Amino acid sequence: MICDQCRERDAVVHLTQMVENAVKQVHLCEQCSAERGIETTVAEPKHPLGDFLQAVQQQAAQMPGDAARCAYCGTSLRDFRASGRLGCAHCYGAFEQSLRELLRRVHGSTKHEGWRYETRDPELVTRAETLRDLRDRLQRAVSDEAFETAASLRDQIRGLE
Amino acid sequence: MSLDLSLVPDGGLHWLGASGEHAGIVLSSRIRLARNLAGYAFPPRAREGERLRVLHQVREAVGRVPSLRDAAFVRVDECSPQERLLLHERHLVSRELAGLDQGTTAPGAGAVFVAGDSGLMVNEEDHLRLQVFRSGFDVAGALRDAERMDRELGTEVPYAWHQEFGFLTACPTNTGTGMRASVLIHLPALVLTQEIGKVLQGLQHMGLTYRGLYGEGSDVLGNFFQISNQTTLGRGEDELADQLIRVVRRVIEREEEARRVLVRDAGYIIEDKLWRAYGTLRHARNLPADEAMNLLSGVRLAAGLHLLSGLSVYTLNKLLIFSQSAHLSHAAGRVLTEGEANLARAKYVRTVLATEAKPPG
Repeated sequence: MICDQCRERDAVVHLTQMVENAVKQVHLCEQCSAERGIETTVAEPKHPLGDFLQAVQQQAAQMPGDAARCAYCGTSLRDFRASGRLGCAHCYGAFEQSLRELLRRVHGSTKHEGWRYETRDPELVTRAETLRDLRDRLQRAVSDEAFETAASLRDQIRGLE
Repeated sequence: MSLDLSLVPDGGLHWLGASGEHAGIVLSSRIRLARNLAGYAFPPRAREGERLRVLHQVREAVGRVPSLRDAAFVRVDECSPQERLLLHERHLVSRELAGLDQGTTAPGAGAVFVAGDSGLMVNEEDHLRLQVFRSGFDVAGALRDAERMDRELGTEVPYAWHQEFGFLTACPTNTGTGMRASVLIHLPALVLTQEIGKVLQGLQHMGLTYRGLYGEGSDVLGNFFQISNQTTLGRGEDELADQLIRVVRRVIEREEEARRVLVRDAGYIIEDKLWRAYGTLRHARNLPADEAMNLLSGVRLAAGLHLLSGLSVYTLNKLLIFSQSAHLSHAAGRVLTEGEANLARAKYVRTVLATEAKPPG
């Protein structure tokens, strides 16, 4: 979001104001908000995702594993820090240690207390994972022009589907 | 326009019906559940082919999900920008799925299923976003329907699930229940009495947050607020929903109290203000969107204070949605410029008020 005043820098301060009996939201960058004399604690963002990303940043700075990648989808901790989005379900395992700490900061807990999920057919999950793996291998085989391997992989995929 | 909304049951606007509790103040209640399919990268990371496979698998499964029986299906990424805006104005798809943010486009293989009050977005930030709307203040009813749809869908497709973390989502702020329970609420008297700041601040202490009429990143317009739970992990769906219900009930009481104070202490001032809003809407020839929203807020309050009669809450809800630019374009059968839309909006609002509102004189 762009600053409402300078229309150049990113807005980091989001104010809810009363103007002529109407609620107005004003979004300002650090500099413009300082010019208006608005006290901010930008170093401690109030937004949960802000908190969260800041925590990721701190952790990443402490850990040499910044470049650590999820073996499944290739997302690195650095990618996550930049986008705030994990790449796949396996990222939760790959970055478990950092995530556990971060989830605690954002939600105050790491333990899901709600509805439990039981698939009608637990094999559905395994099959989905296997399919994804086979499709990845198929794509690699095609780009390596290993057509025999590709044909065999294609048959396996069809069988599972 | 190729998008045929007549195929969507009730045009996806069943929740406008104003049938629920406190419908004058609470427009709608909504439950949204974020889910992902096991075996695929989350949509922001997934390749186009993967997203298409997700869509294919979900489309096939939806046929066996009773909650989505006879659902209309729309490939959002194949709609024109105007059609995507129309779907968004109707609250059927999010800003992200409609690709409305500057410099973005609709994500590939993005789609939505709509069946009455229930809907399912595919390939938004998560593979699945289940949503259930209810008219008025009925969070518990929406939660019941969402739970049923979730159970039905979860037996047809495998969800990404973790024994400790719960339902896994692309953004860790949704992990756990993946649930956002929200109400869309109209609080003009709290704004006029300047109590609103305290109320909004109080929400944050109660684990709740607020946004504008169109959710994340949208501005507060016309005194409409969307109040929802802030966290999704560590507390169950029922507990999160109960907390929202308790707090919103208290907010409604405070709004009602503020309305009594306004009438008691500033009766003629408030009456004058609301009649001016009504007068402008009733006679204006050129009506920009923001101005319309604020004036409609005034007329809604006037109806709530029984200054105006004959104007149903349903009509007020309809005015809010159908006076928006993509809806005006849709009615005109062509894309209107902003200037043309302002004229069309004034005409539309004038006509509806002339037909349906009966001022007591």
